[in-house]
Amino acid sequence: MNARFLKPLLAGLTAALALSAPAHAHRAWLLPSATVLSGDSPYITVDAAISNTLFHPDHHALAVSGITVTAPDGSAVELLNAAQGRYRSTFDLALAQEGTYRIARASEGLRAFWLDADGNRKMWPGRGQQADESEFATAVPKDAKNLTVMRSASRIETFVTAGAPTTENLQPSGKGLELVALTHPNDLFATEQANFQLLIAGEPAAGAEIEVVRGGMRYRNSQDAIVVTADSEGKFSVTWPEAGMYFMEASYRDDKAAAPATERRGSYAATFEVLPF
Amino acid sequence: MKRYVTLMTLLTLLSLSRVAAAEVQLEIELPRLDVAEYHPPYVAVWLEDSQRQAEHIAVWYDIAMRDGEGKEWLKDMRQWWRRGGRSLDLPIDGVTGATKGPGTHTINSQLNRVLSALPAGDYVLNVEASREVGGREVLRLPLTLPLETTVLPLETKGERELARITLTAQN
Repeated sequence: MNARFLKPLLAGLTAALALSAPAHAHRAWLLPSATVLSGDSPYITVDAAISNTLFHPDHHALAVSGITVTAPDGSAVELLNAAQGRYRSTFDLALAQEGTYRIARASEGLRAFWLDADGNRKMWPGRGQQADESEFATAVPKDAKNLTVMRSASRIETFVTAGAPTTENLQPSGKGLELVALTHPNDLFATEQANFQLLIAGEPAAGAEIEVVRGGMRYRNSQDAIVVTADSEGKFSVTWPEAGMYFMEASYRDDKAAAPATERRGSYAATFEVLPF
Repeated sequence: MKRYVTLMTLLTLLSLSRVAAAEVQLEIELPRLDVAEYHPPYVAVWLEDSQRQAEHIAVWYDIAMRDGEGKEWLKDMRQWWRRGGRSLDLPIDGVTGATKGPGTHTINSQLNRVLSALPAGDYVLNVEASREVGGREVLRLPLTLPLETTVLPLETKGERELARITLTAQN
């Protein structure tokens, strides 16, 4: 990859990732310092970054601006001490309520790709910009060559629990590719099986492809990825081989997109902590 | 039906008297460790039935810290935390107590209260210890209620954080 290409790519990477993640794009991740906590109003700190080597921040920070944190009762939680460094962003959270918190960055939008009369690649909206659907008709030529219009949704998230786990704020929204944690995401133990379901716009994401990779990748010589495919109900299970922080990535695509799109894509990523049994 | 009820009552009475006859105690031996920085371990004792439902018998943690700050490390007794510790509102009379140092410590009254209140069946007595700047260990003693005195003592040895747990007839 030459430097001329790399620079604009880096500049727009955060936004591009939020929309659609090709199979081998860089991974955007959230890494909580702890996921199971006790005591009165414990604190955690969270790193947010984009890198391929999990969970080593060595590439680009993930902007905190799009990250929302939901308390067990559904209210929004303020990000404390947020800062963006070169390789990672960081923020703290005070877990004042008992129960499960959801830390997420979700987005969806329309995207179009085509070739103009001179054979140059065109895209709408521009890199790093959010689509305004009302502009579609004027921005994208109707007779464009090789026109692809897709609705893509992306979600990156993680979960932490103070005291006993709760599920009220983990219910699916019906938008994009979402995970239903049939096994609670903060009740994961090495050698045990955890069950999940993926939904696309609230319906089972049959055939979605899932990859699960343990952190600490710098200290081993292989990815050791667990690769699974969701069944007809969007369900799949993972047996955690050992304790650690795990990154789960899922992707889904079909042609059931609402007009003017012809393709629907969803990408999902989550960080889970698995404790020693 | 009536005959059945009478039979059940009789069996219940029988089993109660059997448990009452076997008042037990649990000895927990905490090892003396040759380490630079020693903190007494957090220890939890609980009984699980075959459905993994827990009855809590003892929790030793740092209850002396200001503002309940000692609760911060309760989650490090991971299995206990998962088996219901996380849903408890501590402290609990007769269950919670201060941490204890190396040596043999005895638990009896809450243990006998729990054992005598449970129906006949198979259970597992669990003891979990977790030490700051140290390790974590769980020991398990399977047992059947009503408890027959002939099976006592029941004992299992640990490797690091727990030296030994022994269930014996009460002295």
